[in-house]
Amino acid sequence: MFDQIIGNLSVLTAAPIFAVDLLFQGLFIGAIFALAGYGLALVWGVMNVKNLAQGDLVILGGYIAFQLAAWGVHPVVALPIAFVVMFAFGWGIYVLIIRRVVERDLFTSLLATFGLSLLIQQTLNRIYGPEVQVVESGLGSREFADGLMIVPDVRILSLVLASVLAAGIIVFMRYSRMGQAIRATSQDARAARVLGIDTDRVYAFTYALNSAICGATGVLVALIWVIQPFYGIVYSIRAFIIVTAAGLGNLPGVIFTGFGLGIAEKYSDFVLGSEFAIAAVVLFLVFVLIWRQIQMYRVRQVVR
Amino acid sequence: MTENIIEVRNVSKSYGGVVANHDISLDVPSGKITGLIGPNGSGKTTLFNSVVGYHPTDGGSIKFEGQEISEKRVPDIARLGMLRTFQQTRIYSKMDCMDNMQISVSHRGRSVFDMFSSRKGEIADRAEVLLEFVGLYSKRNLISGELSFGQQKLLEFAMALMNEPKVLLLDEPTAGINPTLINGLIDRLQRANEEFGVTLFVIEHNMRVIMNLAQHIYCLAHGEMLASGQPDELQNNQLVIDAYLGAH
Amino acid sequence: MTARKLDYSIFTFLIAFGILAPFLFPNFVTQIAVMWMMILFASSWDTAGGQMGYNSLGNITFFGVGMYISAVVQVGMFYDVAEYTASFGAIKPVFTDAQYYKGLVFGLAAAGVGAALISIPIGLCVLGLRGPYFAIGTLGVAVAVAELVSAWSYVGAGAGISMPVYPGPAGEGSLVFYSLMFVLTIGCLFFLRWLYSTQFGLAINAIRDDEDKAEAMGVHTTLYKSTAWAFAAFFLGISGAIFGNMIGFIEPLEVAFPTATFGIFMVAMSLLGGKGTLWGPVIGAILFHIVKELTWSYMEGMQWIALGAIIIVNIVYFQQGLLGWASDRWPAAFGLIVDKSMTADDRDGDAREAAE
Repeated sequence: MFDQIIGNLSVLTAAPIFAVDLLFQGLFIGAIFALAGYGLALVWGVMNVKNLAQGDLVILGGYIAFQLAAWGVHPVVALPIAFVVMFAFGWGIYVLIIRRVVERDLFTSLLATFGLSLLIQQTLNRIYGPEVQVVESGLGSREFADGLMIVPDVRILSLVLASVLAAGIIVFMRYSRMGQAIRATSQDARAARVLGIDTDRVYAFTYALNSAICGATGVLVALIWVIQPFYGIVYSIRAFIIVTAAGLGNLPGVIFTGFGLGIAEKYSDFVLGSEFAIAAVVLFLVFVLIWRQIQMYRVRQVVR
Repeated sequence: MTENIIEVRNVSKSYGGVVANHDISLDVPSGKITGLIGPNGSGKTTLFNSVVGYHPTDGGSIKFEGQEISEKRVPDIARLGMLRTFQQTRIYSKMDCMDNMQISVSHRGRSVFDMFSSRKGEIADRAEVLLEFVGLYSKRNLISGELSFGQQKLLEFAMALMNEPKVLLLDEPTAGINPTLINGLIDRLQRANEEFGVTLFVIEHNMRVIMNLAQHIYCLAHGEMLASGQPDELQNNQLVIDAYLGAH
Repeated sequence: MTARKLDYSIFTFLIAFGILAPFLFPNFVTQIAVMWMMILFASSWDTAGGQMGYNSLGNITFFGVGMYISAVVQVGMFYDVAEYTASFGAIKPVFTDAQYYKGLVFGLAAAGVGAALISIPIGLCVLGLRGPYFAIGTLGVAVAVAELVSAWSYVGAGAGISMPVYPGPAGEGSLVFYSLMFVLTIGCLFFLRWLYSTQFGLAINAIRDDEDKAEAMGVHTTLYKSTAWAFAAFFLGISGAIFGNMIGFIEPLEVAFPTATFGIFMVAMSLLGGKGTLWGPVIGAILFHIVKELTWSYMEGMQWIALGAIIIVNIVYFQQGLLGWASDRWPAAFGLIVDKSMTADDRDGDAREAAE
């Protein structure tokens, strides 16, 4: 096993173009992780709900694209559709489940969303089966460095779409009435309530917005990667890594960590071999948590 | 014994740009009652938190029995024998008073196997004695969260005594207590000091209380040490009077 | 002491049921053995989750670790493990009776001790985390360990290991494993009852109520937390070893580290019965297991969807559990003394609200 790792490392040093290729691949998927992470930071920061179903919302969005593609709808068109559908879905989930756990202790929201996660993955498994699925975009690809590095157009497209989505959300949060209400509620829900903001509606909107972001992210995942009913948990863990490492309400941090995680994952994937891919992601989480503890220990505090 | 059990030297602490403590030095003599007063926001609780290890200081030295503790954390400092009570009382609200007392036994010099010792016997007897001491004996089997605020404060005080500390830092022991109970509380604080030999270091807003209680008083204002002295000296100190009336 | 009498009558009932069950329901011995295991799951989860307030989503790690340790010990005492697993079952070693029993005894012991030992470094990594970070951290540990084991060829990687076969008639084997599971579970319950009655029980309750206060009082919180977790790991490790032998074949994702089934069952059962009590998890486990066994096979693939729904309903609408609900309703029966007259019209009560 160690020979293999050393072999892979020597490939990277011998052919730096591979390293560059991995870097770009990491950036492409990192953009997706950053979106899912931002959504989690939003619900976590505003309503203090630790959404373990985050990854499953992503995968659900992917399956919407998959279903629409089966009906002959192009994935680029599927993106706004998934956004709207998942917005409505998120609102429904809020009314049925999340509303009742918002004010409860932290473990409650965690476990309720874990149940939701099971529900979503098993329903998808029931409908679509456990096979790995992709959505074909029908786009070509570009070659760089004499064909050593191939970048499919769909990746570039997904990066553009992710950026547009992120920009749209930032503008919305900064300038719209609802965006302001969300930011006010995240700072002090009680004060916001006293000042006449309907926090229940703000919460519903926040959760729905997160769900919509996840849905759109899922469409991108289905485009450039693969989807499978049980892949959700890994996206949840990635989102948690990003939020834990970057902290709440730190948008540049979230984007930066998202890219960092994407790149780190691509490299570890290449060096350790793909059978360790999930283990590597989870170990990143454990490392981030330990690192945070050491950080807090130095200032005589704990991670809470 | 007249040595100083706590020695604070040149301690500073700021939050962001706000300076909460600047270059504070003070001594708490062993076996005495020392007071700490100052207007709201003058940095008293911040100083307490620095001493017992709730946050790092920006500089300076804090010594407990000659040992440097400014880098240590709360539980380590507590095991050395320095405890604090909270302004917002903190007790284990879902457990009954006896359980609250029994869990508060001292953890100094106890072996691993003491973790599994029985709840009956010596510990329970001592818990009952101390509950009697603060006047909560009749409520010993009530869930502590059901007690009134004043009773919870008394319970927290009894829990601290159960721990057999060398020094007890009390953050506003009379705040929120029914005025008719205050005299009883002062009496108990004094008895704890005399009978159990616990050194007390008390933050207090109620001037009548602190003037009766403490042998030596420090006054903070705007994060700086303003004055110190015997109660009657401080009562007539123009700086202290100005600080409380808002003048500079 | 009515509480004590009640405890002993429940113990008597459970032990009587445990002894009689194989004769009364000879066709369901394995199912009832699994029920004992579920009781152990829920009760041992509750040590950290209910009594200490550290809600773990990854206790299943120790179950799987115990299972694998026992497999490696039971095979490795007499054969080369790497060779055995590499052959994917082509080598069928014959264990003599004496070898088998020796292996089983050492396997179970090593599983318990090994799982407890492994829980300590893991605990040091995650027990400093509070609340949701702890839950997510433990979930991460469970997933990571499962993935690492599936990639580790020495223990058969994803293909798993066949356990040594019980050297006797099949019916006798299931009785043996039933008895082991039953004795282990009852032993665990007696141990926990004793544990909660000591200073240790108070300390972990104090950590649950207000850990910062406990620290401020000088409680060695880290020591208590890791010890409590190691106890849970010890019992889970042995139960994993017994279960592995009972099933006969172990593999990482579905049998040894089933985070989404057994791993979450523990939590759900504990919450269903009422966490933070001795008998709540037991009642929750029995109810959950009976309902699951009765309905599972009729659901035709919908059972997992139903499971998600059950967890949500349990959490959202019925959080305090059966015993929690009952003790709210009849506090006196649970030895809780709530003196309303002393507090309700106390003038200090208003001061408390004002201060908050």
